[in-house]
Amino acid sequence: MIVAESKPIKELLEMVKDFKKILVVGCKGCVTVCNVGGAKEVAILASTIRISGKKEGLDVVVGEHTLERQCDPEYINELKDVIGDYDAVISIACGVGPQFLSERYPDTRVFPGVNTKFMGGAVEHGVWSERCAGCGTCVVHNFGGLCPIARCSKSLLNGPCGGSSNGKCEISKDVDCVWDLIVTKMMEQDRLDELIEFQAPKNWTTARDGGPRKMIREELVK
Amino acid sequence: MDDFKPQIVAFCCANCASSAANVSHDMKKVLPDNIKVIQVPCTGRIETLHLLKPFEEGADGVYVAGCQADSCRYISGITKAAKRVAQVKGILEGLSIEPERIDVFHLSAGKGQEFVEVADRMVNTVKGLGPVLTA
Repeated sequence: MIVAESKPIKELLEMVKDFKKILVVGCKGCVTVCNVGGAKEVAILASTIRISGKKEGLDVVVGEHTLERQCDPEYINELKDVIGDYDAVISIACGVGPQFLSERYPDTRVFPGVNTKFMGGAVEHGVWSERCAGCGTCVVHNFGGLCPIARCSKSLLNGPCGGSSNGKCEISKDVDCVWDLIVTKMMEQDRLDELIEFQAPKNWTTARDGGPRKMIREELVK
Repeated sequence: MDDFKPQIVAFCCANCASSAANVSHDMKKVLPDNIKVIQVPCTGRIETLHLLKPFEEGADGVYVAGCQADSCRYISGITKAAKRVAQVKGILEGLSIEPERIDVFHLSAGKGQEFVEVADRMVNTVKGLGPVLTA
């Protein structure tokens, strides 16, 4: 999933301080799963803004709406009959959401309510960890099912480096050295010799380095 | 400020805190009349939104009265509630509202005296802070 975290409430309130009718829009996709942008969080943020409005003696109207997804135009369309009632929209979807809303409703001011962090998964309840860097050419099968691009601080394909110590990365005691995990996993699978093979420099043109990416599937295009 | 009578919402666990309330009743101890008690089967069910809504509706303070952390009827209910109270304290701070307006208290079934003392303490704290909302 795409993992995000809420923006500090002070920062959000500063963004929308000039608006009196605010619509908070959530998303039932990834941000619901990582407990930052679903219907529950829409209600919490809306309530927080109302409390702030009352504290400041302002007459602020806050609406709540949660879309099936904010990354598909047909769901964004659901807002067409209500969005005109508001001066501003706070999207608490990932960074895709506020952009799709802005594109569909160009006259409406749209603000991001969350900071999008990474693609990852829940390693335990309430804890998420990065797993994918979206490089466009997946190679995890070469590394015991672990991604050195997303999980090595240097994205080394021929690791480990000298900063690996007792299974941890030199950047933090809380960060596992993925190369330690890779070597351990390959030993368990009796495939350690495969790591002797030199991994050539990666072609990064399929990653973000090749510029903004677009994917077209002709069989699906109308 | 002396005339200010804070409105306080108390979420009380149906096990420990409510038993303590019964004991306090038997002891002829009276809860302040500006405390609105909401009994919940377990404080672990109290969501962040439940703790915010009273403030939105004009309450000046909120507290959760539940079990002792090591003897919660449902093992971790009061621990979860304490984390949500901490979250709401953070939200209130972000709004420049005193975090002392919300708190969590650990009671056990026999502590009737403490049930009332906790309420009095909360009333005094919030009274000292004054009203939270201007509108």
